[in-house]
Amino acid sequence: MRDIMALLRGSPEEGDYMKKGVIVQGITGAYGSLHTRNMMAYGTNVVAGVTPGKGGQEFDGIPVYNTMKEAVDATRARISIVYVPAKFFLGAATEALEAGIKLLVAIPEHVPVRDTMRTLEIAEQKGAIMIGPNTPGVMIPELIKIGIMPATPFKAGNIAVLSKSGTLLYEISDALTGSGFGQAVTIGIGGDPVNGTRLVDAFEMVRNIPDLEGLVVVGEIGGDSEEMLAQRIIECGFEKPTVAYIAGRAAPKEKRMGHAGAIVMGTYGSAESKISMFNKANIPVAKRPAEVPVLLAGKMDKSD
Amino acid sequence: MRLLEFQAKELFREYGINLLESKASANIEEARRHAEEIGYPFVIKIQVPVGGRGKAGGIQTCNNKDELELKYPQVSELVIKGEKARAVLLEKMADIKKELYLSLFLNRSKRCYTVIASSEGGVEIESVKNQVIEEVGMGDVPDGVAKKVAQKIGLEGAVADGFADTLKKLSKLTVEKEAELAEINPLAIMQDDSVIALDGKFVTDDNSNFRHDELQKYQEKSEMEARAEKSGFSLVELDGDIAVVGNGAGLVMSTLDMLADNGGRPACFLDVGGGATTESVYEALTLISRIGGVRGILVNLYGGIVKTTVVAEAFLQAYESNLMGIPVFARLKGTESEKAREMLKNSRTKMFDSVEEAINAAVMGVKK
Repeated sequence: MRDIMALLRGSPEEGDYMKKGVIVQGITGAYGSLHTRNMMAYGTNVVAGVTPGKGGQEFDGIPVYNTMKEAVDATRARISIVYVPAKFFLGAATEALEAGIKLLVAIPEHVPVRDTMRTLEIAEQKGAIMIGPNTPGVMIPELIKIGIMPATPFKAGNIAVLSKSGTLLYEISDALTGSGFGQAVTIGIGGDPVNGTRLVDAFEMVRNIPDLEGLVVVGEIGGDSEEMLAQRIIECGFEKPTVAYIAGRAAPKEKRMGHAGAIVMGTYGSAESKISMFNKANIPVAKRPAEVPVLLAGKMDKSD
Repeated sequence: MRLLEFQAKELFREYGINLLESKASANIEEARRHAEEIGYPFVIKIQVPVGGRGKAGGIQTCNNKDELELKYPQVSELVIKGEKARAVLLEKMADIKKELYLSLFLNRSKRCYTVIASSEGGVEIESVKNQVIEEVGMGDVPDGVAKKVAQKIGLEGAVADGFADTLKKLSKLTVEKEAELAEINPLAIMQDDSVIALDGKFVTDDNSNFRHDELQKYQEKSEMEARAEKSGFSLVELDGDIAVVGNGAGLVMSTLDMLADNGGRPACFLDVGGGATTESVYEALTLISRIGGVRGILVNLYGGIVKTTVVAEAFLQAYESNLMGIPVFARLKGTESEKAREMLKNSRTKMFDSVEEAINAAVMGVKK
């Protein structure tokens, strides 16, 4: 498994240790510029932006390039975040991966599944990680924020949080922070039917973090990403305290609940199926977001 | 989008999948004309975007004119799982030897299309026995794979060839239209060993709509859904009395779950998107004011950056313009909440610190 922590943090012998460069694709757009400023205010080292036709300009002192190749050649950054409209996503992502990007954070919602699949193929050929699409992003609290999440819910710590939903990631991280559980890393995998990084992939990325004290999984109806993760947790014998939350128990079948991926077809994707798999893995499933830290504390007491 | 049976069959026909003669009708007059062309006996089938039509009485046989006159109104006026008839399909009677099951669906975690086939079709997929499951990648199903599936479900000779041919055509259609699901259930073996699609279900990827102008004629949106989409909202209408509004699909689903756990009945799911502004919340309240039977509104907004005063302003405007006379139970997380509470002090909006409190108040509030 490609090491996301190494990509986000680096190692002490590297010149950019703990300040890895990030390129913003679509930096001059309304959305891209707002979140670029928020990321920079958080301390993320934004080193370049790309907007075709605006090369040579600056954005808040950050150089803007026409192409990803120029931006990567100039900065040697290995991380990019994409804020372009969905129909331009495939082009932007392909350009980034071909220029040598190793961690691609795909923010846009409404990317066609076929374009996600194509991007994934290229990412796999290039040995790169794609997070998203339709993700709030990824962050190591108090170190680096690559995404659209607000800063306030998060605090540095030793819990990994993986989430399909954005606002639930904020809500649950906020509850964790309030109960004294800071986060080692949070990964929004996105609400689309096909995720560049599935829950199970994100789990593989975080399970061996030294000092990791617990795992929180925020799932929702649709697909079988949660079931696959629960199965993996059983198989690999992961024993750190783990708690899950599943949104959409009360949702009607065959209706898309806001996220393109949040739909139950027959029993495929149902909350019952996910909850029963987590139960098999001995992972308690919270009924409310606020219950997550309570269950996590309970798990920790038992494992002491 | 989810196509109706007759729409799916239009695509099947275009891709050369065998079908019986059929015609969709909008009313009894049209059905009488189609009856002349098709000839008795035929089957009439309600066209709704949900399953379970047969059990609900939505599929009937007509042997003569009298039966058509009697059964057509019964079928066309049915409401199945809240869905009214979009049309009624008249389809030639079939002389069936055996019913099979065939579908292709986008396997989300395996990231490929997957074929499910069975020699025992005609029932809902959950009850289909002896399923053969084959992952087939993202392209067209090759001949060898199609024949292998036919063999695995025990077909031989002309029937196996007919089945494999249908699977290849269905896969070409699925790939070209970027479908999430294409299902033929039942796929019938006729007395002459030909293989025919008796039903069709077809669900496409809405996010690829911009590449498929040819499918837009099948797009069906209520006025409410169209308005919601224009504002960048997601709206799902439900049949309860408490409208649920929030920002972010996961958060709104979670609010719906907690409301249901506490005995409340959601009237809708309305996700206004990641951010929230005075305008977007006002528009959300406008949409809700048009949903029938709403007796209270539950608002759950998590805004790390959103100022709650901005949202409070939308409520005040909505009362001022007489948009709504019903109570609002709101949990607004964000900055300036003290000020927002002050603004709403004399209004019908109650603000709460936790969503649990807001839900309890809403459930109690609509009971009064």
